[in-house]
Amino acid sequence: MHESVNRAGAVTGENDVVIRIEDLRRSFDGFPVLQGISLEVGKGVLLALIGRSGCGKSVLLRHMAGLLRPDSGQVFIRDMDVARVKGRALARLRQGLGFLFQGGALFDSMTVYDNVAFPLREKTRMREAEIRQRVVDELGRVGLSGAEGKYPSQLSGGMQKRAALARELVCEPEIMLFDEPTTGLDPIIGHAILKLIDDLHRKMRFTGIIVTHELHKVFEIVDRVALLHEGGIRVQGPPEDILSSEDALVRQFVRGEIEGPISVR
Amino acid sequence: MGIHHAIRKLGASTLTGIRRLGLMGLFLGQGILFCLVPPLKISRLVKQIHFIGLQSMLVILLTGLFTGMVLGLQGFYTLNRFGSDAFLGPMVALSLIKEMGPVISGLMVTGRAGSAVTAEIGIMRLSDQIDALTLMGLNPFRYLVVPNLLAAAIALPLLTAVFDVVGIFGGYMVGVKLLGVGSGTYFGEMANYVDISDVAEGLYKSFSFGVIIAWICCYKGYYTGIHTGFGAEGVSRATTQAVVFSSVLILVWDYFMTSILF
Repeated sequence: MHESVNRAGAVTGENDVVIRIEDLRRSFDGFPVLQGISLEVGKGVLLALIGRSGCGKSVLLRHMAGLLRPDSGQVFIRDMDVARVKGRALARLRQGLGFLFQGGALFDSMTVYDNVAFPLREKTRMREAEIRQRVVDELGRVGLSGAEGKYPSQLSGGMQKRAALARELVCEPEIMLFDEPTTGLDPIIGHAILKLIDDLHRKMRFTGIIVTHELHKVFEIVDRVALLHEGGIRVQGPPEDILSSEDALVRQFVRGEIEGPISVR
Repeated sequence: MGIHHAIRKLGASTLTGIRRLGLMGLFLGQGILFCLVPPLKISRLVKQIHFIGLQSMLVILLTGLFTGMVLGLQGFYTLNRFGSDAFLGPMVALSLIKEMGPVISGLMVTGRAGSAVTAEIGIMRLSDQIDALTLMGLNPFRYLVVPNLLAAAIALPLLTAVFDVVGIFGGYMVGVKLLGVGSGTYFGEMANYVDISDVAEGLYKSFSFGVIIAWICCYKGYYTGIHTGFGAEGVSRATTQAVVFSSVLILVWDYFMTSILF
């Protein structure tokens, strides 16, 4: 079996596929968004999903999380069909899955502490003292020590993303899906969030997919890149291969050029 | 071409309407099912009883008092024409207990608490908080719908009882203190003509109105975005629809309960 070591130091083999998408198709009001997506993500691999705005990246991510159902095709997470799995298997699947929403999706009527403690209180039998320790540790890990008593509306965009990340990571998921984690943040905070994701990935070795437009910074932290274009995966591979691609479309997108096969209308 | 287009549009909107009615029915069925199947989120339930019940108290006291006072005033002048002003007490009490108490309490709670429930759930939907709950492996119905359904079903009969008592007191203030009906006559005739079944009728109604308010307001909030459009406008539309639909349904259901059940 072929094995490789990814950037986080995790050894992945060809049989260690955690996320497998097969010929996924989805339309909205007759308009096809995903037109036969096939993709595999190995264990411990951090993959960047890139593409033009509105090309369906977030839609694809929501299919992986089971928030949307495909018209046809399948999404498998650890060989479980996300759209069909039910009951305890679904609960087990979701237990191992974290999703960082674009806006954070923090519960706005709860403090940061209660937000991070919420999944532990609801899904585990941990005592409050243990929960407190875990929450404080997790907030420290994302650089939010001291913000426990604040409400999401009192936090900056970057802090909200960090708090949301802490809430997702507190249950130690095996898979993390990041939906545009740097959108709406200034370049420095955006870079800091990506650095944080990189550090956490190295420590926790989760399998991750990042939907982003921050191409060059994200290329420094991911193992693989997939470019979504016109409803399909146009190209995928290590970041170096994408950067040196001879494909005119890929080159135009990566360099952000106006002239090229992608029309700017 | 024009006729074809119009017929197609009519058919599509009819099918959408039927589909949404079915969805509403399923939503209520699921809500009731999760009310019966433990675990129940007690802290959320208490919080919602406080929000829907206790925080509606002031508006119920005010509307109850003035409804009773108006009934006392109108009732006295009407009954006085026939020399029957001794029946002012039963008239005020029966009007309040059987109809006005449950209906006006229902409408007030819809406006005060129902709209807020729709807006809260709608904003949670649009800011992905409901999806976040789902992805945590938690059932959004248990957190958002069940506490509101139970809280409204518990709070509405209690609020209606308060409305009735305050309304009867309002009628007393106007009829007895202002217009000179005898105090003994006002309450004595009331005891003769108001039966426990009348009180039960009012309480059954208010219980069902509580379920209607929570059902419609939660439903409209839950499907904000998909059915009403996105953003602030979507929440505003969902809230308006929730209040209008709940209010209309309360009046329609009131008629059916009165004519069929009693």
